[in-house]
Amino acid sequence: MAKRKIRVLLAKPGLDGHDRGAKVVAHALKEAGMEVIYTGLHQTVQSIINQAIQEDVDVIGLSIMSGAHVPICRKLMSMVREQGLDDMHVVVGGVIPTPDFAAMKEMGIEGIFPGGSPFNDIVDFIKTVTNAR
Amino acid sequence: MGVATYIKNEKDAVEKVVLQSGIEVKPVYTPADLEEAGFSYENDLAGPGEFPFTRGIHPLGYRSRDWTTRQYTGFGTPEQTNERFKLMISHGQTGLNVAFDLPTQMGYDSDSPLAEGEVGRVGMAVDSLRDFEIAFKDIPLNRIGVGLTINAVACIMLAMYQAVAEKFGFSRTEISATPQNDILKEMVGRGAWIYPVEPAVRLIGDTIEYAMKELPRCNPVSVCGYHIRESGCTPAQEISYALMIAFAYIDNVVARGYRAEDFVGRFSFNLNVYGNLWETVAKFRAARKLWAKLLKERYDVRDKKALFLRGIFGGGGSGLTKQQPENNIMRGAYYALAAALSGAQTTALCSFDEAYTIPTERAALLSLRTFQILMEEVGLRDTVDPLAGSYFMETLTLQMEKKILEEVDKVAKIGGMVRAVSSGYVQAEVAKQAYEWEKALQQGLVTKVGVNKYTDGVDMEVELHQYNEEWAQLQTQRLQELRRTRDAAAVKEALKAVEKAAREKTNVMPPLVEACKSYATVGEMADVFRQVFGGHVEPSIF
Repeated sequence: MAKRKIRVLLAKPGLDGHDRGAKVVAHALKEAGMEVIYTGLHQTVQSIINQAIQEDVDVIGLSIMSGAHVPICRKLMSMVREQGLDDMHVVVGGVIPTPDFAAMKEMGIEGIFPGGSPFNDIVDFIKTVTNAR
Repeated sequence: MGVATYIKNEKDAVEKVVLQSGIEVKPVYTPADLEEAGFSYENDLAGPGEFPFTRGIHPLGYRSRDWTTRQYTGFGTPEQTNERFKLMISHGQTGLNVAFDLPTQMGYDSDSPLAEGEVGRVGMAVDSLRDFEIAFKDIPLNRIGVGLTINAVACIMLAMYQAVAEKFGFSRTEISATPQNDILKEMVGRGAWIYPVEPAVRLIGDTIEYAMKELPRCNPVSVCGYHIRESGCTPAQEISYALMIAFAYIDNVVARGYRAEDFVGRFSFNLNVYGNLWETVAKFRAARKLWAKLLKERYDVRDKKALFLRGIFGGGGSGLTKQQPENNIMRGAYYALAAALSGAQTTALCSFDEAYTIPTERAALLSLRTFQILMEEVGLRDTVDPLAGSYFMETLTLQMEKKILEEVDKVAKIGGMVRAVSSGYVQAEVAKQAYEWEKALQQGLVTKVGVNKYTDGVDMEVELHQYNEEWAQLQTQRLQELRRTRDAAAVKEALKAVEKAAREKTNVMPPLVEACKSYATVGEMADVFRQVFGGHVEPSIF
């Protein structure tokens, strides 16, 4: 049986509209053979969760540049648990200061990729966590 | 195109250089290059302050007038922003550049559920005139020029600025505000859009028409190539898209029966400085020239001053890196040098910690000092356009002009910028360039010091600007107090007048000024437009 492509929902939560990073990563993941669904801008956490369920994705990738990554991730992870999406992997990219990494990891964010992270790191990470399941 | 290339041979000599705009740079330039490019002193250069303004718009450049420095400022509550404003003015800053938080930029009040976690975070929270009264307290609004970095609801914020100035006893004819007010670039690059393309452009037309009649010292539009470049386009595309955006706004106002000549002199530009130094300087020289030439050709503008490309040329955040952040201090200094060599009238610099956070006080001040060192120590005020006449620079300027025109033609063929943005053409083009650039960077085809080369430096931790969740509470309390105490009937009446103007396509500015004075909130005014116009839907580019 042909292996299903890894499906990734790339999402821009909140009001921030800087989407260069999200679009660039979308290109890179597609080139690495993944199925990418891009939500577009100004998404609520609820609508991201809905789309993740609807599109049956393996990974949610959040792109956050506004500085609101901690409250946004907290909200998203609590909804992930509420919805029983135990298989869902969540990774975050954007402007994420190092001192916030620990708190985010504790919430259940598996991968954090600040601006400038190599595509290979992101691709390998997603492949590893989705295979490890 | 899209990626600058350096090709070296086995002896480490540079064999080939291609700039990001797709121009090959030769090792040596001579008079023969100028001849081959068809260079003419009268047509391509002429004196500073003379058409086509390649050398700048002032005959004496910085000799007659130092540049205006306008660091992007604003965070948290209006009180804190006011303190920072006064601090920057006391350190010699001559203009203000106001940052608004995302809820304000998106037309939501601080107590909206959509504002959660964002109030006061990336800029100042503004809900009503009351906030402006605090933010601009004791600022001489008749002397200090104020940039308002807001777009989708720029008309509301310009009205509010007039309202606060009048409240403080200044006349509307003496205030100088520059709202960013460029919605097309938001749809391409920065993402703070609300309304569909056509009504959004019409609101900009309303502000231009209103400023022409009522706010003689305001610059109603700051056309931003800056953010499109930040989103990944080449320097040539940056200028071409900016020009085409400006033409879209001009067309909207010309269609109302006005002559471009009567209002285009108040347009200003916000353009980006980073990347290759020579390409940057040539870009600005070519941009000034093309703006003047195309305004003449397309709109028969004759008044000399109306042909000036004025604006802020600012050091771009995209050039800065999170790795080895202190390197950004050096980058900033070179970007400032590029801005000075380009004859920028107004400038700003992204601060070295901006790859992490909004600037700390220390970093913002360092940027200001960088400008002061250039102008007052190093000699950038000494003579106008010091690179003029260089075989290389003049050739490159002509080549840039050609590249920009090629991109202008592509957008013109689609039917102009409104169509090129509605269809997603420009967005797809920019995203593609961004990806190519990032890929080249990661493959080591282009060098970024501390990122893909010389990476063994110290990755120091920078001091971070702290966000305090209490600001949101404070702001929300103040807003709710306002809602209780203001004259509700007057607000209702004022909002009705705004709605009427929006529906009947009369100018929304006069009723907006009245609505601001009645203490209607930004969210309430923005909602009126949401009801009348609906929302923008992004064209899919994947």
